[in-house]
Amino acid sequence: MSEPRTLFEKVWDAHLVRGASPETPAVAYIDLHLVHEVTSPQAFTLLRQRGLRVRRPERTLATTDHSTPTDFARDARGQILIRDTQAAEQVRQLETNCAEFGITLYALGNERQGIVHVIGPELGVTHPGSSIVCGDSHTCTHGAFGALAFGIGTSEVGHVLATQCLLLEKPKTMAVSFGGVLRAGVSAKDLILGLIASVGTDGASGHVVEYQGETVRALSMEERMTLCNMSIEAGARTGMVAPDETTLAYLEGRPFAPKGAAWEAAVARWRSLPSDPGARFDREVSFDASALEPMVTWGTNPGMGVPIGARVPEPQGDASREKALRYMGLEPGQAMLGRPVDVVFIGSCTNSRLSDLRAAASVLRGRQVAKNVRALVVPGSQQVKRQAEAEGLDRVFREAGAEWREAGCSMCIAMNGDALRPGQYAVSTSNRNFEGRQGQGGRTFLASPLTAAASAVAGSLADPREYVA
Amino acid sequence: MTPIRRWTARTVVMPAENVDTDQIIPARFLTTTTRAGLGRALFADWRYDASGSARPDFVLNTPAADDASILVAGRNFGCGSSREHAVWALMDHGFRVVIAPAFADIFRRNALKNGLVPVVLPADLHARLVAAPGASVTVDVEGSVVELPDGGTAPFFIEPFARYCLTTGQDELQFLLSLEAVIAAYEAKPPATPPLQEVP
Repeated sequence: MSEPRTLFEKVWDAHLVRGASPETPAVAYIDLHLVHEVTSPQAFTLLRQRGLRVRRPERTLATTDHSTPTDFARDARGQILIRDTQAAEQVRQLETNCAEFGITLYALGNERQGIVHVIGPELGVTHPGSSIVCGDSHTCTHGAFGALAFGIGTSEVGHVLATQCLLLEKPKTMAVSFGGVLRAGVSAKDLILGLIASVGTDGASGHVVEYQGETVRALSMEERMTLCNMSIEAGARTGMVAPDETTLAYLEGRPFAPKGAAWEAAVARWRSLPSDPGARFDREVSFDASALEPMVTWGTNPGMGVPIGARVPEPQGDASREKALRYMGLEPGQAMLGRPVDVVFIGSCTNSRLSDLRAAASVLRGRQVAKNVRALVVPGSQQVKRQAEAEGLDRVFREAGAEWREAGCSMCIAMNGDALRPGQYAVSTSNRNFEGRQGQGGRTFLASPLTAAASAVAGSLADPREYVA
Repeated sequence: MTPIRRWTARTVVMPAENVDTDQIIPARFLTTTTRAGLGRALFADWRYDASGSARPDFVLNTPAADDASILVAGRNFGCGSSREHAVWALMDHGFRVVIAPAFADIFRRNALKNGLVPVVLPADLHARLVAAPGASVTVDVEGSVVELPDGGTAPFFIEPFARYCLTTGQDELQFLLSLEAVIAAYEAKPPATPPLQEVP
C-alpha cells in the first residue's frame, strides 16, 4: 500500500514531467497559464528574439487588469481612454501578442474582462487538482479549488509560454487548521489577517499551506478565495483548500467547466484529491477561529494587524515597527477605532467578488458615506459588475455616495490613476499595506469589506458589528 | 545571462527586514514593456523626496555606495509582489549579489534567473557584515563560499543546477527546450487537467 499523501503531493506528483535528480530540479507541467499586461511584454519579446512559439495557446488565457482605467472615459473615436501613454502601450502590446501567438484575450471592454484571479474561477477555468501559474503573486487565490497555483516572475512566464513547464524545487508542506465558528461580523479576510498577524510575513516561507478544519469547510468558495489569496502575504509558496461539495457546486455549469460525462469523470478525479488520513506535513499549526475579532492593520506589512478594538501596539524596540509607526503617523497606545480616514477602497483580487459587494452593501444600504470620505467600489470583473447591478447593489453604493467603477485592480496597486494622495489614510479591502502601495505617500489600513463599509459611514475606523443587524 | 563565478566588491548595508518589492521598485514604474533602464526607479520613494531630489540620508545616496555592488539586506528581502522588475532594477543599478538571512521565495527565483546571486547567511555571520558597511567581500559562487572581510569564510547554499546556470551563463529556458522529448511524452499521456475548452 502506498504512503498517505497530502493534497499538494497528489497534485505535484501528477504534474511531474521528470523528477528531480541530484543535478537538476523537477520539471513540472503547467495546466493553465494566466497572462496579464504588466508582467508579460518582456516574455513575449524573449520568444520573438529566440524564434519560439507559444507551446500551448489552448492552456493560456489573458486579460488586462493592472494598469487599466476603471472609469471608462471614451476618446474621440469612442474607444476606452487610457490616459497614461505607457499603460496604453502596454495594453496594446498584450493585444498584439495575444493575436500573434493565438492566445484568447478578454480585453478591456470585453464582457469577461476583469482581475485575472476573479475571472479564472468565475469562468470555470480554475480546476481542482490542476497546476496554474501567472506572473502575479496572488495566483495563490486559485488554491481555494485545490489547484496548485502560484505566482512567477517574467522569466518564468517566458518559460511556460515556450515549454508549458517550469523547473521547480519541491516546497515543504504546512497544515493550517482552523476550528470553531466565525462570529457575526467576522469574515474570511479577518481569518487570514489574523493568521498573518500570528505567524508573520515570512511565517510560511518555503511552504505550501493547506487550510483545513471545520471553519474552512464552512466557508463559501468566494471566502476560500479570500483566504488563499493572502497566503503569499505569510510568505507561503501558495495556499490550498481540498475540494468538496462546495467546490463542485460552485464549478458546475460554468463556461469552462466540463459537462456531461466529462464532468462526472472530473468529479471522480477531484474526489480523490483531499489529503489522505495520516498524511504528514512538514509543519502543522492550529487556530481557534471562534475567538477571532474583525482585524485591521496598523503598519506597513500585512503581518502588522490587530483586532479592530485594540490599541496601536508598542514597537518594543523593533526598528521596522518604529519605522512603520512613523510612516503611518500613529502613536503607540492610540485606539485604532476612530482613526480618521480619507478614502475607502472596496475591491481587489482579495475582496471584489459578489459576496464581498453584498457585504459592503449590507452596511451602506440606507446610510451615507461620511462627508470627508471618498469611497470607491471596484468590482473584480465585468461579470461581477453585471451581477451586482442586477441585484441593485450599484444603486445602494451610489445612493450612499460611493463611486461605482469598472472592473480592475485599481487602487490595490495604484497603476491606473486610482491612487491615494500623499498622507491620505485609506481603509482598503486589498492585500498589501506596504509604503506607497496605494499611491505615493498613501497610508493603508487593511480590513474586510464589512469593516471598510462601516468605516466609510463613520468617516473613521469603525467596528462593523455596530452596523450589521 | 552573464556568467558570475566569483565576485569581489564593497558592500552597502540596508538591514531593514521585510523589504518588499513595492519598495525596491514602486508599481508606477511597471508600465514599461522592456527590462532596460529600471535602475533609476530602484528604491525610488526612499531615494528621492516628493520633488525628485535625492534624500542625502538614504544609504544608496551616500558616496560610500558609489562603487558597492553587493547589497547586504535584511530578513525576508523581496517579499510581496512577483515583479521581476525588482531584480532588473537592482542589476541595472549595478548590484550583482544580495546577502540576507532569508529571501522571499519568488524574489529568490527571479534573482537566479537573471544572474543576481542571492546569498543566505546565518544571522550571526550576517550581523558581522551589517556591522561593517563598505567592507570588501568576495562571493565565490562556484565554491558556494563567502570570504568575509575579517578573513573568515562562510559556506552558503545554492542548488547545484542554479549554481551551474550562474557560473556558466546558461539560462533555464535553454535547458527546458532541450527536454522537448520528455515534455512531449508527458503530453502524450491523458492529461491531469484538459486544455481550456468552453462547453455550452
